[in-house]
Amino acid sequence: MLNDKDRIFTNIHGFQPWNVDAAVKRGDWDNTRALMARGQDAIIEEIKASGLRGRGGAGFPTGMKWSFMPKEPKPDRPNFLVINADESEPGSCKDREIIRHDPHKLIEGALIAGYAMRARAAYIYIRGEFIREAETLFAAVAEAYAKGYIGKNACKSGYDFDVFVHRGAGAYICGEETAMLESLEGKKGQPRLKPPFPAGAGLYGCPTTVNNVESIAVTPTILRRGAPWFKSFGREGNAGTKLFQISGHVNTPCVVEEEMSIPFRELIEKHGGGIRGGWDNLLAVIPGGSSVPLVPAAEIMDAPMDFDGLKALGSGLGTAAVIVMDKSTDIVRAISRLSYFYKHESCGQCTPCREGTGWMWRVMERLRKGEADVSEIDMLYDVTKQVEGHTICALGDAAAWPIQGLIKHFRPEIERRINETNGNAAMMEAAE
Amino acid sequence: MADKPNIPDEAETRARWGAFAWSEANAAKAKEIIARYPAGRQASAVMPLLDLAQRQVGVETKTQGWLPVPVIEFVAAQLDMPYMRAYEVVTFYTMYNIAPVGRYHVQLCGTTPCMLRGSDDVMAACKNHGLQKGKTTPDGLFTLTEVECLGACANAPMVQINDDNYEDLDFDSMSKILEALARGETPKPGPQIDRQTSAPEGGPTTLKDMVAANHDYRGEWK
Repeated sequence: MLNDKDRIFTNIHGFQPWNVDAAVKRGDWDNTRALMARGQDAIIEEIKASGLRGRGGAGFPTGMKWSFMPKEPKPDRPNFLVINADESEPGSCKDREIIRHDPHKLIEGALIAGYAMRARAAYIYIRGEFIREAETLFAAVAEAYAKGYIGKNACKSGYDFDVFVHRGAGAYICGEETAMLESLEGKKGQPRLKPPFPAGAGLYGCPTTVNNVESIAVTPTILRRGAPWFKSFGREGNAGTKLFQISGHVNTPCVVEEEMSIPFRELIEKHGGGIRGGWDNLLAVIPGGSSVPLVPAAEIMDAPMDFDGLKALGSGLGTAAVIVMDKSTDIVRAISRLSYFYKHESCGQCTPCREGTGWMWRVMERLRKGEADVSEIDMLYDVTKQVEGHTICALGDAAAWPIQGLIKHFRPEIERRINETNGNAAMMEAAE
Repeated sequence: MADKPNIPDEAETRARWGAFAWSEANAAKAKEIIARYPAGRQASAVMPLLDLAQRQVGVETKTQGWLPVPVIEFVAAQLDMPYMRAYEVVTFYTMYNIAPVGRYHVQLCGTTPCMLRGSDDVMAACKNHGLQKGKTTPDGLFTLTEVECLGACANAPMVQINDDNYEDLDFDSMSKILEALARGETPKPGPQIDRQTSAPEGGPTTLKDMVAANHDYRGEWK
């Protein structure tokens, strides 16, 4: 188990105040100027060397992402950093804990990351439903301005950097980076076609990098403790510590920071209090938030919780939102409810997703009740394949994958329901 | 869309809200919000201003507010953008109410992580209390909406009522909350079981030094 001294988010559960004085006592804003004095390229190199991969789900190397930004921005086309705090993926609840209990880690990270990528300002896009969390964040940003940590001559580094908070208003799709930029510009959050990529033309047509809250908030600590320290956790290619969010049928759901690649069983035993009803009662796990396919109990039990380990199981780490389902779960309903979620959240721009998510949900509901024909399982699978990869953003893929995972692993259960319902119908006919 | 509420009659709405203008405090706030965005990019402020307007309507009607057409027009005019662009934003994002809601807007999360932990029971408690999905109670007190994941999955099941989250609910605790609200009290937000935020029930498994004091771990770094 990770030692407490190696945890980055020491106030994750909010036992202590979030305010700047308490945060400084915990080590935030400690000679930030010296970190910046290492130079912009040195910071990017250090982050690259640490092996940090984006914490928002895709796992793209963070340092490399920063290096795509123009090195000499023009005055009329400044660089921007946009921080994605639109945490809406079912199962995910880590950014909320950072923002309401350790906001200064995020703001300090924004300054350092923004400085490294030569950004003029950072916009933190926080989901609209995080109302109290946004209040905390606004207050924390105001504190940082009052202390001179950000704004003109931030931390006396000679660098001017602003941090603004922008509240969303309830749209899952705004977590997609280009939809977020549209939304920040005051439009409907509908994703843009790429290319151009945001690093070329993003917010207001200026070079922009969009990073997850956790990716940004860990950077000051990585710089203070060095890339080798961060890299010492987790398997090769999956470096670092990670906030895991354990929900569903465990005895004690929680959010906890652990070492990457921790085996699933250890994570659940140490922090989740074990599976409700014991390990024999485990049915399946969605290991990375609703967008990744589920993994049946036998495969996940001793799997390492990291990007590559879960990819090998046909799933993914996503945001490390672990949704545990025991044998009492109506597994078809659980996935059907996710289909409803994607139907609700489709932005309506691309036809395969707009029409497909509703269609898939309706068929899923029929499968749930068994009011279908066995051949429709294959038809549904076929349609998910037609949605996947045929839309501008990944929401179409995200809607398709949970269903594909269900059919792959729980086809007998779906067939059982269909046969049961049809069998009953046949018997009723016979009785008449 | 079929599941959207009917937008109230426009003539009546215009008579009531045609003269909408910022309160003094909100006028200052609106100015501050617009200043967050670069010059010429004031359209970026449309979302925060609509939220502000909805809250002002809420204060004036003693509810959680909504966005009548003249109010949307007012915001669009201030930002020098076509009405239709602002209206698009209002209908795209779920947090803008296009029809009036009650004094307490109960937003119940029914997505899978909450469902697994018993959001059906929480919904049953609401029904038992006379709340109906998508409707406002006749006394104007409660509006119930089933929403998608609110991002508190380690504290499921949960509801958001107005600006506060109520977490780790079951049938009984949800009933108590609704009863307390009906009496005009404000129940304590957050987890409704003995638990510190998202730490495991029964006490944290990590960072136990932080419970009693603001511990600085830097001394233990090597």
